[in-house]
Amino acid sequence: MDMPRNDVRPVELEVFSTPKHLEHASEQARARNYQDFLIVDVDSHHYENEHYHEVFQYIESPVIKSEAMQGAGRRTGILNSQVGYQNTGGRVHRQKFRDKDREKARAGGKHTDITLTLDWMDAMGVDYTCLFPTPMLFLGLHPQVEVETAMCRAYNAWLCDKILANEPRIVSMLYLPFNDPEAAYRTVKDFGDRKGCVGFMVTSPRYKPVHDNAYMKTYRLLEEMGKPISFHAAYSWEDRALQMTNRFISVHALGFMWFNMIHMTNWVVNGLPVRFPKLKVMWIESGLTWASSLMQRLDHSFMMRTSDAPLLKEKPSHYMQQMYYSTQPMEIPDDRSVMQATFKMINAETQLVWSSDYPHWDFDLPSTIYDLPFLEEKAKRNILGANAARLFGLGLKPVKKIP
Amino acid sequence: MAEWLVGKAAEIKDGDRKIVTAGRREIGVFHKDGAFYAYSNTCLHQGGPACEGMMINNVVDVIDRENLYQGQTYGDEVHFVCPWHGYEYDLKTGECIGDRKLKLRKYEIVTRGEDVYVVA
Repeated sequence: MDMPRNDVRPVELEVFSTPKHLEHASEQARARNYQDFLIVDVDSHHYENEHYHEVFQYIESPVIKSEAMQGAGRRTGILNSQVGYQNTGGRVHRQKFRDKDREKARAGGKHTDITLTLDWMDAMGVDYTCLFPTPMLFLGLHPQVEVETAMCRAYNAWLCDKILANEPRIVSMLYLPFNDPEAAYRTVKDFGDRKGCVGFMVTSPRYKPVHDNAYMKTYRLLEEMGKPISFHAAYSWEDRALQMTNRFISVHALGFMWFNMIHMTNWVVNGLPVRFPKLKVMWIESGLTWASSLMQRLDHSFMMRTSDAPLLKEKPSHYMQQMYYSTQPMEIPDDRSVMQATFKMINAETQLVWSSDYPHWDFDLPSTIYDLPFLEEKAKRNILGANAARLFGLGLKPVKKIP
Repeated sequence: MAEWLVGKAAEIKDGDRKIVTAGRREIGVFHKDGAFYAYSNTCLHQGGPACEGMMINNVVDVIDRENLYQGQTYGDEVHFVCPWHGYEYDLKTGECIGDRKLKLRKYEIVTRGEDVYVVA
């Protein structure tokens, strides 16, 4: 019998390329006509540790620079790290097999991280992305404040010079060395006008309260410049409460909400939205349910304890509804009406901004928003791109090249 | 429904698998412990290549007769894992391990002589 046959291919895990890995994402992009509208990703990552030899050259202190250079590639070094088997025991294998991708990217004329980033952006149908570091997300827990500050300035300068200056589709909210309030202020002053800088980011795992008077001049400066401040979630398995958890699922599920819930509570209760009414604030990578839950919790307590938050003229949820929230890792409950209620509570149509978190293990595609049955087309396009374009000052014309 | 040639049975080693493009569908065909299985290569989560990731046995929490936790080990159930996010599927049934109500579409395998076909 003559049988029809299309194509048969083997599965070879070690033969890895990003466009091939994301082939199904490109199919989704073509099927949903992403080429017709703007998609902005407000939270993606690269592995800056692969370029520490370049970044360390930017460290201003000769002593810290020398210590960083001498420790590079050794068992211990000047930078802190965090326990966490994020690739699920090798089940999420793009980290393991991406070396060949990097080799290929090195052969091109652009910086490897520009090539690698544009590869996945085009494959997913993304026009612009806001790029963040990976290991440095834990730098706020470093015991030496001066090391956080030195690395922050070095990384920001390196990112501006090597990546942002050379690729208009990649922008960033630059790292704010929050454990040193004066250095945080200087960072905004020094880097605020650099090409591709669309705001500043605080890594959330740290033990500095956001309402400390020492930060007020930085908030004022950001407000004047029209640049958003964002809080990028991560976990700390060394946090006293989270030390009680014994699996990564637990520390991740709780940890990525935990620090942002504390910062948000301090932010609202201490009246920062009243003191800086035009300062744009974004909360990154905590999903969405924490925000709607905290709104209800704070509103409930506020009605009985207004004297604890006397600056507030409205309920806490009023101020939280004016902030921005990145989508990923977006909880999608079986009962979509629960999700619809969350969207309503955070004013999703204007305040929600899509994020992929690629290439991390729990990344989201644009279809997580585009396929939601309760959103109109306009709301989908706002969340996927227009809201972030307005916030970051980006053009609305799509520039991607979906393969 | 048509029969799509996967290849000669002898050329698909035990533990190996192939991805068959059958018209607009992608199907993962597995050969494991003497049996063939075929499932849709589209993950039920976000549409990733469900059949193209790691194959690994299930993880088991060992609980003794006194209900005390005694560590973890691997069980006998073989899973294949979507490489995008780690969604795991039971090789024998196509059930999603996190929610067994969810199943990948399963395709019939037929063998004619030395050749293996998937019916789709």
